[in-house]
Amino acid sequence: MFNVRARPSFGKPIANSGDVKQDLGRYPHRLSFYDTPPQDDVTVEDFETFAIDRLRVLAEIESSLIRNRTQEELRLVTLAQSKKYLPLGANSASGMDKNAERSKDRIAERRKDNISHFVLRLAFCRSEELRRRFVKAETTLFKIRYADDDTVERQGFLDSIKLNWEKVDEEEKKDANIKAGLQAQGDYLRKADYVGDTFYKTPWTQVPELVERRKVFLWQGWAYVPSREQSTLVFQEFQTRLEHALEMTAKALPRLDEDDRLIPVLEHLSRGFMAGVPSEYAGPEDDFGETISADMIDDLSSKHFPLCMRNLHDRLRKDRHLKHFGRLQYTLFLKALGVSVEEAVVFWRKAYGGSMTDDKFNKEYKYNIRHSYGLEGKRANYPAKSCQTILTSNQPGPTESHGCPYRHFSPENLQLTLSATYGIPASEQMEIMAAVKGQHYHIACTRAFELTHAKYGVKKGEGLGTANGATETVSHPNRYAARSRELEKEMADRVKAKPAVEVKLDGEDVVME
Amino acid sequence: MLQFYKRLFPYRPFFHWLNHDHTPSRLFTHREFAFTLAGDVYLRYNSFGTVEDFARELRRLNPSRFEVGAIYNARPKDKRTLRAGALQPQLRELVFDIDMTDYDSIRTCCSGKGICKRCWSFIAAAVTVLDSALRNQFGYRHLLWVYSGRRGIHCWISDQTALALTDEQRKAIVGYLEVIKGGAEMVKKVNVRLGTGFGAGPLPPSIKPLVQPQELGGYFTEVILEDQKCFDSDEGTETLLALIPDKNMSAKLRKLWSADPGRSSIKKFADLNVEIKNLGDTQQAKMLRAAQEDIILQYLYPRIDAEVSKHRNHLLKAPFCVHPATGRVCVPIDPEKADEFDPEKVPTVGGLLYELNLSEQPKAEEGADPLRGDWERTSLKPYVEMLQRHAQELARETRDERQRKIKTEASTDW
Repeated sequence: MFNVRARPSFGKPIANSGDVKQDLGRYPHRLSFYDTPPQDDVTVEDFETFAIDRLRVLAEIESSLIRNRTQEELRLVTLAQSKKYLPLGANSASGMDKNAERSKDRIAERRKDNISHFVLRLAFCRSEELRRRFVKAETTLFKIRYADDDTVERQGFLDSIKLNWEKVDEEEKKDANIKAGLQAQGDYLRKADYVGDTFYKTPWTQVPELVERRKVFLWQGWAYVPSREQSTLVFQEFQTRLEHALEMTAKALPRLDEDDRLIPVLEHLSRGFMAGVPSEYAGPEDDFGETISADMIDDLSSKHFPLCMRNLHDRLRKDRHLKHFGRLQYTLFLKALGVSVEEAVVFWRKAYGGSMTDDKFNKEYKYNIRHSYGLEGKRANYPAKSCQTILTSNQPGPTESHGCPYRHFSPENLQLTLSATYGIPASEQMEIMAAVKGQHYHIACTRAFELTHAKYGVKKGEGLGTANGATETVSHPNRYAARSRELEKEMADRVKAKPAVEVKLDGEDVVME
Repeated sequence: MLQFYKRLFPYRPFFHWLNHDHTPSRLFTHREFAFTLAGDVYLRYNSFGTVEDFARELRRLNPSRFEVGAIYNARPKDKRTLRAGALQPQLRELVFDIDMTDYDSIRTCCSGKGICKRCWSFIAAAVTVLDSALRNQFGYRHLLWVYSGRRGIHCWISDQTALALTDEQRKAIVGYLEVIKGGAEMVKKVNVRLGTGFGAGPLPPSIKPLVQPQELGGYFTEVILEDQKCFDSDEGTETLLALIPDKNMSAKLRKLWSADPGRSSIKKFADLNVEIKNLGDTQQAKMLRAAQEDIILQYLYPRIDAEVSKHRNHLLKAPFCVHPATGRVCVPIDPEKADEFDPEKVPTVGGLLYELNLSEQPKAEEGADPLRGDWERTSLKPYVEMLQRHAQELARETRDERQRKIKTEASTDW
């Protein structure tokens, strides 16, 4: 068994180490990598309530992540929610007179933590999407608990898990390449006395996240991780083990000799998690009473499309071609807008024009359009890309035009584009550019929406409309387009209802008295 | 083409390269091959038990090109008999693809599909950088660089640890190596420092040495300024000016250069140097020097096609294929001599067959290897030998590994 050893400490003396033995049975540490599933009997009721309690905590974490709460807010919210539904105390909490009883409480808490985790594993191992979200939420929970843990107990936990890292000795640090590398890494990160830290080396594959962000020095396949980044190693390990375990569970699930009582519970749990945060755009509530034909897209584009789609459309018109990810982003957007597959094929065929032979189009492009509509290959109904996807995945390469203009254009080009496509004068671009600088790309886009829809009476700060006191900002290109079309329709209805008001039609601009 | 597959394709070294051993292992039998036939028929999920089967199929189908994919958890050819989604890629060489089209916005000699000895310098610079990063920083040993037949280069890394990388780890390595970012509308594509403007810090340790004259710095003078003359045109000049973060400085230079329209790239860059020198040891000079380093990187740092490297199931054209449009054979390249490589002098399938016809046909020996081929009598020989040496090293590693295993097993038996 593990011993929570008291290290020669500088801080507070360790309470009750040595003299009073705590027997915490199978759960010696507050933190857990969840390596061993529960072995004892669990009632169906516990099975469900434990899981629902844990789900409450995880759902809160997930919604915080999506709402972009700060780390501190996330921590506080999560700890509050945990205290309510999934309390988990440390070994050395106060009130040590009733040791035996406290141990019993600790064991009960940790048992609940353990059981609920394994139940949710069963519920969320079924699809790639669920697995990904579960891992993300669980890892975040683990991180928060880790940071919250008592230093001594955390050390005890770390000693108990076997990790693949080794301490870098002074001899090695004197090696010319390594010395220079660590020095340069410290300079790059702008941390004084970086070299003086204790380093652990581990195969770089253990810390892909640190490597990707160039946070560690790499040499001969080893990542030199400073002790302050040690937690990253632990988190990575937690995540890797959980991902692996979920895949194993998914494989084992069909062969599970299952009791009919559990499957409905599991189904119910996974559905609840899915419903929590809608991640895909569900389609416009109103189809605007018209079908969109290929010829209408030019017009719609100039009136209703967000800048990312306008840019793709204009590039397509200018170059008579778009690169792969640009085509994908635009096709899926048009699909969600309500363009049928037949019309989409017509649209793209015309867009390429004579620069491409029919043969080439049919062979190389038509398939991809039909694939996006779920008519080829694995016939998946691909959702249109949300702002989050556009911003974070498949960054545009040097000659590509997809992505989010607010993020992927240089400020000068963005300003030019804003005035050229939307006619927003430089004097009004200040706020947009400020939002871009602060990396609030959706705010920038929302502001552009407000400016370009001022003619429909949209005022600053109203965004895409208000519901329950909250202003809706742009989170999906199709939502942007749908709202824009809604506004146009409302305006048209109002004009129809009040024919007495004089309406001057001046190109696209509708001017009201 | 059929003659090429019958007489020239180096089956044995190719097999040893993929298989790391003499007897077929999973590395070969569970490996996906995809063939492109005439008329753009595309056949995926082929796999073969032995190299003889592979050769027979290649000669039967006579594909215009073929690609090598991942090693799966089952034989790819059995895909249809497996449950949907059950066939999953397990292992795969780590691959990189650099394509000249990504340099279209900066090269001045050719564009689109064209490539000449001059624009090859971009590729040569990229190879030098990537090769040393992969060997020194990531510790990989078995890198095979292969000319893609037209305007690019591929790198195949066959180390055991590289084969086993997950998609996430591949994504990390690409993120670490990728420096040129931002779409067509982003002027400044190099943003790897922490902080911006006056607050910008030094370059990361992996990139910092590259801007020195003995590395990309030297290439910059030679290739960008002297040969490609990237800043001679008005457009190039504007790009250069846009990359100078100091508005006053760029206005001053613009005035100077518009007074002298024919001013060469090398002189323009020298002007910038002089201006920086005049600023002495100020914050501003520091910022401009950093901008200069970023310019060097923007023009010469490898522009890798990230998608190819990120996923294990991605297919990549095999070495020693013939490029359908140019007829050139995809031959290996020694990264040490990437500078000397001339894409226009690569053996073509037509040329090789002509060489064969000219040379004396030796008498077939009794019991000779039917897969041996006649490449030894053509100019393909040095390239095949390069692959052979590479494959031998892989086989040696496998053998050593096996012996180590036997030894440890023997010692634990006691």
